[in-house]
Amino acid sequence: MSRLWSDVTPRTSPQARARAAIAPLDPGAFGPDEARHLLLRVGFGGSPVQVRLVAEWGLDRAIEYFLNPGEANFRDDTPPREIRDSVMAEPNPEQRQAYRRAAARGDEDALARLRAMIQERQREDRQQARAIQRWWLTRMIESPAALQEKMTLFWHGHFATNYRAIENSWHMLMQNRLFRAHALGSFAELMHAIIRDPAMLAYLDNHRSRRGNPNENLARELMELFALGVGNYTERDIREGARALTGYTFNNNEFTFNPRQHDRGSKQILGARGNLDGDAFVRAILAQRSCASFIAAKLYRFFVAPLPEHWDDRRDPGATPEVRAYVHAMADTLRRSRYQLAPVLREVFRSAHFYADEARGELIKSPAELLVGSIRQLLTPTRDLNTLLDAMDLMGQNPLFPPSVAGWPGGRWWINTNTLFTRQNAAAYLLTGRLAGQRQPRPADSYDPAPIVQTLAREDERAAREPEALADQLLRFMLGRRPPEAAATIASFIAEHGGVRNAQGVTGAILLITAMPEYQLC
Amino acid sequence: MSLHNNPSEAKAYTRRAFTLGSLALASASVVAPAFLQRSAVALEAAMGGRGSTPGVPEDRVLVVLQLSGGNDGLNTVVPFGEAGYYNARPRIAVPEREVLRFGRGADGLGLHPRLADVKAMYDDGLVGVIQGVGYPNPNRSHFKSMDIWHTANTNATGTGWLGRYVDNECAGSPEEDAGRAPSVAIGRTAPLAMQGRQVQPVAFENANLFRWLGEDLHDALAEPHQRLAERAPVRDHAHADGHGHHHAETTADFLVRTALDARISSDLIRNAVAQRPLVEYPRTRLAQQMSMIASMIRAGLKTRVYYVSLGGFDTHAQQGGAQGRHGQLLAEFGGAVRAFYNDLKAQGNDTRVLTVSFSEFGRRVGQNASNGTDHGTAAPMFLFGPMARAGVIGEHPSLRDLEDGDLKHLIDFRSVYAGVLERWMRTDSREVLGRSFRVLPVTRRG
Repeated sequence: MSRLWSDVTPRTSPQARARAAIAPLDPGAFGPDEARHLLLRVGFGGSPVQVRLVAEWGLDRAIEYFLNPGEANFRDDTPPREIRDSVMAEPNPEQRQAYRRAAARGDEDALARLRAMIQERQREDRQQARAIQRWWLTRMIESPAALQEKMTLFWHGHFATNYRAIENSWHMLMQNRLFRAHALGSFAELMHAIIRDPAMLAYLDNHRSRRGNPNENLARELMELFALGVGNYTERDIREGARALTGYTFNNNEFTFNPRQHDRGSKQILGARGNLDGDAFVRAILAQRSCASFIAAKLYRFFVAPLPEHWDDRRDPGATPEVRAYVHAMADTLRRSRYQLAPVLREVFRSAHFYADEARGELIKSPAELLVGSIRQLLTPTRDLNTLLDAMDLMGQNPLFPPSVAGWPGGRWWINTNTLFTRQNAAAYLLTGRLAGQRQPRPADSYDPAPIVQTLAREDERAAREPEALADQLLRFMLGRRPPEAAATIASFIAEHGGVRNAQGVTGAILLITAMPEYQLC
Repeated sequence: MSLHNNPSEAKAYTRRAFTLGSLALASASVVAPAFLQRSAVALEAAMGGRGSTPGVPEDRVLVVLQLSGGNDGLNTVVPFGEAGYYNARPRIAVPEREVLRFGRGADGLGLHPRLADVKAMYDDGLVGVIQGVGYPNPNRSHFKSMDIWHTANTNATGTGWLGRYVDNECAGSPEEDAGRAPSVAIGRTAPLAMQGRQVQPVAFENANLFRWLGEDLHDALAEPHQRLAERAPVRDHAHADGHGHHHAETTADFLVRTALDARISSDLIRNAVAQRPLVEYPRTRLAQQMSMIASMIRAGLKTRVYYVSLGGFDTHAQQGGAQGRHGQLLAEFGGAVRAFYNDLKAQGNDTRVLTVSFSEFGRRVGQNASNGTDHGTAAPMFLFGPMARAGVIGEHPSLRDLEDGDLKHLIDFRSVYAGVLERWMRTDSREVLGRSFRVLPVTRRG
């Protein structure tokens, strides 16, 4: 490591370089373009009015608003009453006995009836999972605490658990609320909580892990995917970690520790020794230097810019010294704050690097960012939530159904020829209410671009009169850039279709911009 | 203007054909941006204007047909000669007199009566039946077992085997890939089997939806949309920028290229599928999807692998015997494959196409209380086509020597993959499968 650094700047310490790399933006440099960028990254984008407001607030006030969602009135995430905790409740002793008796008698009819009952409950639970998806999507669309929802999505992708594998919607909901509660709290606390989370325990088979015959799934992923990354632990750490986690299980909706299944023997994990339990295992993980670097890199990818696939801030020469120093600084802040998230995120959102040209428009919108972002930025009607969820599935991000325990790879993984059409058509659906391949009557809820146009005209009053000026403002607002040829095409489209005051013509122009490849960037 | 009227499809195709023609012409001009030239070259290649790429097997096509849900192998290839079969399945066994017997060389075995189309093809030497295919320590979860088949890895992790094949054989420079669609899946999303690291599979369910909806909304949107799409990337800032990108192209460039790919493959595919097939297909979903594949082959797409699925095989209850739900699925399967090969033969393309069918697992030997069957293990795979190795391949798994009530597999599915890769796609199967498996011959000798 020292060699890499010394190649670049022989006289400064890594710490000094790290601080320099994450140095804050000059407050005077925070204008509408920066406000737009911050809104996109910190949440799901904002309308022109919100962009103006955030620009007026200035950098620090804006960041504190997002970091302190307590001030926003969306803290309560109690689910709607129709979502019940008992759909998949385990059978009570009488039901169990009835089943045993039927099986002993060989009463096939009774067994078939009991199986049909279970199937009916599973069907009901799948519907409830759908209701939970709608509830969460609505929060993403409506919550003023956008960063809280965005971090909830981040943790869902990080500690990925798939409903299909656990078939218990209430457990998915509990996990979702856990992520929200810790969204801007402490990663360390979240790690201690996740080894008690029924959805996670079921997903990674820890509820079936027994003393003498431990299941290694959770122990492995805690280190490989959740906290350290490949190469920062040994197979022995996995085996001993699995022993430490034996007995961590749940009963219905409650975490329980089963002392009879817990292995009390001496263990050695990541340098820690003794009769270690799950919490001691987690503490050993958090004590690793690689842990903060691992989380820092993941946050960098999510909020700032892409990094090479198996990136490591000490070893990988793929990133520039500036980026290495930046992630290094993030990791330092995480360590110093004992894994509190607010300090490191504050530093990121304030940093000049975050607003640099090279970071803007370098991330690919996830399907959630694309859909929720279109609604929030363009003020389109929300339309039908089930249709939006279907579209998210087609685009590769079905909430509560991540593709694997590694979550959504993100970045270029989102984009292929098929998802690109789906993305364009989903934006078209929000603007027009029309779905590909369906002839529907004109929807009652038609889109009105006037509020967007009026606010953009406050940036440049000519936008209220001249197609060229409006095209410029629309491109700048929707893409963060203004490709000259595109500006000319959009301007002439507006001019040929009734001018800047014609709602249909302006909607058409907005629709054309949503179909541009750059609209997928944020 | 109104955003709610509908231009006719035909008009859109003509316009597309015209604009694509002029796009190809642009490649000759020095003023065309480099990326347009690239796409024009790719387009030409994709339309068959360029010869084969060295090292790539001439023009052989593989079609993978997935039977999802766990097809009941014992009621597909019926061991009517064994009393154990009838004892295990009192209510759902296929009566001996109704079995379509293979005859000489495969005594006591035959096809389900609703597989008459497959039997007719079998009699013409167009079908191979590989018996008892599975893998060690069978997994009975649909999800896991399907992933095992898709990744060709019993840990069910990693990329897809077809994706790795395409990466190995077809990944060239981005310009060569543009619009070539080396693998096409008919379905909402491409299956894991086709996910590699480099070349992206094309997936669509309905070719008419595989395009931008804006074209439906108003005629006036099409032309500016095209102008916006067919332009050089906006921000060409240095690639080795402050963020240390390991990609050769910027994110914006990548998106512009993929958008162009999407437009080219969308046009190619929709034009191909718009043709009327040369034969009548049954009116089932699978048959319609296979007719799309036949049309794409006929149109000369450079696609090497097609993927199509038929679901509904998870017959836990009331699956029926000679008649009933399972038989209906088999009839849909057989009818579609037979029409597909009739079409290919009329096109003169039948010898270029090998079709392989599989399911994530078979079902248990004994029926359950609901006159259905639960998740099991080994099951037969089918090979179709004039170049397929014809006849019954391997032994039927024993009905007496069971493991926990399940058949023991005799052939590892990765030996079948190895056979397909080595004998049909003519590639090194170890490169794709990660290790060496016995190569099961799946093609005719010679």
